This record gives sequence, C-alpha cells and structure tokens, in this order.
Amino acid sequence: MSTIILKDVCKSWGTALALININFECRNGELLVLLGPSGCGKSTTLRLIAGLETPTSGIVEIGGRDVSNLPPVKRNISMVFQNYALFPHLNVAENIIFGLKARKVPKKEQKKRLENAAELLGLSDFLKRKPAQLSGGQRQRVALGRSIVAQVSVCLMDEPLSNLDAKLRQEMRQEIRSLQQRLKMTMIYVTHDQVEAMTIADRIILIKDGVIEQHGTPEDLYNLPATAFTGSFIGNPPMNILTPDAPVMAVCSSLLSAKEAATPYFVGIRPENIKISGDSGIKVSVEATEYLGADTLIVCRSAEQKITLTVKGKADVSAGDHLRLNWKPEHIHLFDAGNGKRMKGSARGITP
Amino acid sequence: MKPRFQLRYWNHVNGWLLVLPAVFMISLFTHYPIVSNVFHSLFSTGTVTRPATFIGLENYMYLMDDDIFWKVLSNNLVYSMCTIPISIAIALGMALLINCNIKGRSLVRMSFFTPTVLPMIAVANIWLFFYTPEYGLFDQVFAFFGGDSHNWLGNPDTTLRCLIVMVIWKESGFFMIFYLAALQQLSPELKEAGLVEGSGRWYYFRRVTFPLLMPTTLFVTVNAVVNSFKLVDHLIIMTKGGPDNASSLLLYYIYENAFSFWDTSYAATLTVVLVLILAVITIIQFAVVEKRIHYQ
Repeated sequence: MSTIILKDVCKSWGTALALININFECRNGELLVLLGPSGCGKSTTLRLIAGLETPTSGIVEIGGRDVSNLPPVKRNISMVFQNYALFPHLNVAENIIFGLKARKVPKKEQKKRLENAAELLGLSDFLKRKPAQLSGGQRQRVALGRSIVAQVSVCLMDEPLSNLDAKLRQEMRQEIRSLQQRLKMTMIYVTHDQVEAMTIADRIILIKDGVIEQHGTPEDLYNLPATAFTGSFIGNPPMNILTPDAPVMAVCSSLLSAKEAATPYFVGIRPENIKISGDSGIKVSVEATEYLGADTLIVCRSAEQKITLTVKGKADVSAGDHLRLNWKPEHIHLFDAGNGKRMKGSARGITP
Repeated sequence: MKPRFQLRYWNHVNGWLLVLPAVFMISLFTHYPIVSNVFHSLFSTGTVTRPATFIGLENYMYLMDDDIFWKVLSNNLVYSMCTIPISIAIALGMALLINCNIKGRSLVRMSFFTPTVLPMIAVANIWLFFYTPEYGLFDQVFAFFGGDSHNWLGNPDTTLRCLIVMVIWKESGFFMIFYLAALQQLSPELKEAGLVEGSGRWYYFRRVTFPLLMPTTLFVTVNAVVNSFKLVDHLIIMTKGGPDNASSLLLYYIYENAFSFWDTSYAATLTVVLVLILAVITIIQFAVVEKRIHYQ
C-alpha cells in the first residue's frame, strides 16, 4: 500500500557524490531508521523520498508508484522537520490544519481531524497559543499533529528529537513509536543517535559516506555487524576494533582457523564480552575508569592499542593498575583489513 | 533605609547623565525647531523696516483660502497614493524574484539597486533627458512606432504622472533591499513544510510569507510616506513645480515660500500643517497595523 522502494538512487551536487547506489525497501507499516554520522547522506535520502530533492539517477517508489520526479504534494506523505518548521505567526490550531486548508478539505472535516489530533497529542488546551509560547516538547507535538491530520500513511521524520533535552527525548521517542504503531504509519526516521535508532526501529539502515553499510534489524546490527564501521558505530561504548599485533594474537591465534589467519584482518570485540582474568590473557595497564552506576567503564592500553571494557557494578581498579584480559572465541568478530567487511564463513561473534 | 534610597537616587542621576548628550542634541535640532516653528507661524513676516508682529491664526486663515495650497496638497495626495503602494508592490515583487535561485542573480540584484545609489540630481537629469520632447528617450521610442511628440513635463496633464513614474523607479530598489533582507531571514524549512503540506505558491505567499514580512512592510511604508512628502530635489531640476503648479508638492511649496518669496512665517505655517499630516498618518499606521504584526 505505502511501501517505499529506492532503486539505484544516486545524488550528486556537481562533482560531489552525496549518495551512491542506494537500494532499500521500507515495508508497509514499518518504522525504518536511517542512521549515520553527520554528513553521511541520511537527510538527503529522506529529502529525496519527500520530493524536496530529485535524484540524479535511480527511482523512488511509494506505494508502487514511481514518484521520482513528482513534487512533494503529489507523493501523499507528511514530514516532521528538525526545527519543527512551525509557522510563527499562526496559532497551534492554524498550524495543524495549515495543510488541510491548502488542500481545501471541508471545514467540518478539518475541525474533526484537528480535535482528534489535539486529543491524541494532549494539545487541546494550547490550540490558541502561538509556537513561541510553547515548550520544546509541545512544539514537537504540534509538528506531529500537522503530520497526523494529513491522514497519509507515510510519515518522514528528519531528526525530530535533536532539539529536546535527554529526558524529554526519551519520552517523545516512546510516544512517536506508539503513535506509529497505533496509526499503522509507514515511517522513515532519520537520526544520528544510535541509541534512538536501536530503541525505536523495526529495521535500521546505517549509512556512511553516501553508501549503505548495513540494512537489518537492530539485533542484526548489534550482533552481526557487516563492517568494522557498523561495529564501532552501534553500541555504547563502541566495539573495540583491534589490529592483530603480538599481544592480541597471543590471546586470539589459538581461536582462529588457519585460513582465517592467512588474510589480513581486524579483530572486533564488544566491551561487555571482555573479562578480567586472574592469570591468562592479554596484559594491559588501566588508563581511566568511569563509574556509570550499573556498570564501570575501564579504558586500558596494551602497547599501541586502546581496549575498552565494561564490568558490572563498581570495579575495584584505578588508573595505573595492571590487568589481564581475556575473551571467548565466540565473541570475536573478524573484519577484512582491506575493505572493513565482515569475513565470511565465520560463525563467530554471535552474542548469546 | 537611607543608603538604599541614596543608591536609587544616584541610579537616576547616572541614567540622566548618560542620556544627556542625546537629549541635548535632539532638543537642539528637533524639539526646539518645532516649537520655534509653531511660534513663528503665529507672527507676520518681519522686514527691516517693519518688525514681525503677533497676528494669531491669521496665517492659518490665509492658508484655508490659498488655492495653491489646496492644489499642492491634492497633488501630494495623488503622488503619495500612487508612489507608495506601487513602489512597495514592485519592491516586494523584485525581492521575491531575486530571492529565488535564478542564474545571474547578483547582476539582477545590482541593477535593481542601482537607481537607489544614484544621486538625486543625477537621476533627475537622466529622466529630464528621457522626457525631453522630440529627441528624448520616450519620444524616440514613440516615434519609432509612429507616434507624435509629447511635451511630457510641460503638459499639466502629464507632468505629475512623469514625476510619479520616476520616483517609483528610484524608490523600489531601495525598499527591495529591506524586503530581501527580511526574506533571507525566513527559514527555508518553512518553505519546505509548505511544499509538503501542499500549499501552492500564492497560498504560501498569502498565508506565510506576507504575514511574516509585515514588520518590514510597516517600516517601509512609514519611510515611503515620509519620502513622499519630502521630495524637493527632482522638482527643482525638472519642473520647478510647473506648469501652473501642476507638479508642485507640499515641501516644494514650502521651499518656494521660504526661499523664493521670503514669506517665512507663511512657510512656517505650512510646515506645521505638513508635520501634523505626517504625525496623523504615522499614528494611524502604527495603531492599525501594529496589532496585526507578528514580531519574531
């Protein structure tokens, strides 16, 4: 019905390539998150779907219809912008029904939809206020309201929570997710925050330098990162990506097959999978510790490499201490040193 | 209690000391001249042999019966009614055009703004040539299409219109700069939200752009009103108010009375009327428009 498909989409400005061969499908009723560092092309992708940009080549389909060159109006979408894009001179009610008026929806229908949306979002008492008289969270809700009353099944969100404080962000995140499921919207959500992506998404597309690094469920991205970049981007603290120098090899070599050891590679290991052991393992010195309440983060150094690990509760170590670290073979992820891709034929790295 | 009172007292003294230079300048060059002007309008014009005497409202009575005054005032109203809305509309149109991403934008922007930076006298001379009968620009164009020659500035029916066209040409570029600055302050996200919400160009302009430009419109209108009552330079160069006062405006009439006829007290009387007119218009503008403006 409102499946969104991108086929070989490229976008360039002059000689600068912003997106290279983007292919993906966002199924009907799915919440797909476009994740990536600043400037990776995730917002550009969203704007291509919205029709605010046109692709240099490739096809954008919404609901089985090629919309690549249609203006935004004709694409049957709604969009929530990073800075909300509320009209400052119009009150909340006028802002919400702006699009309905433009599309000449009958007055009665406008009123009904406005009342429904306002109730859904808890905005009923604020309808006469101007955006400047609202808090950040309320403004965000008005922007959502504008998107809801349009009653289209596709909703695009461009970093909608980046202007809110941490606590409110978490609340709104849950609210958006439940709204999306209740109204059965197909939603594409852009963010640079991997925690936001992991908690809200049905599936995540991780983009880097205009190329899709990985497309999968949050569990896929965490447990089976397709590239070293995915491993280091997802998870907090990120995965340790180690070059196999002598001390690391001392722990790893016995865990690898001969074939694997033949090609140059990186070793990836999640901080929570590293254990402090009494007698065996790699020798490190502690550089810093961060107590986070439930866990403690320990940053260690072995020769030239930094290794981060987390332990439950308060760890009884301090900077300057010497430790020995060890890990299990199934927790190792191997990445090709040449292209950063996960090495095939390795069943390792699946966190139980 | 006592030290606190003293502190507050000194705060006031400091405050007044700080504004004193400004108060002094404004008093000397604005307030004093106004009061002095009103005072002089109540006296006859003095000469060496006959000193000025108090004549009360006699100057004002004379003004009521002065046909030229009424002629000049109505000229000025026609002039204002034409130049203000048209130049503002053109300015807004040009600003919207330039604000789009078109090729050669900076060239267009420069050419729109050029009339504003030209000196008044130069502008008047250029247009004097345009309007010259037989070999002026307009007549040459008309002649090309087989038209007759016109004495544009010498004909009482066309002279004021000629002036209006020239002033619109000059003012529009100036007002455009303010609109352009205001347009560039508007967030492009709003435009995009409008596009996604399905608003057409005209709907978006009417519902969003124009209301958000209202502070600029008020500012520009106040300026335009003031400008439309203070035109002298062009008149001196081009028509000297003639023929038969057909192109004379209020300030030029004041200038004539004061410095050609040396009837300074009548000029003072006319000035009082001019200031009153401007004050009333400005108050109306603020009272009516201010309520409907959204300031960011």
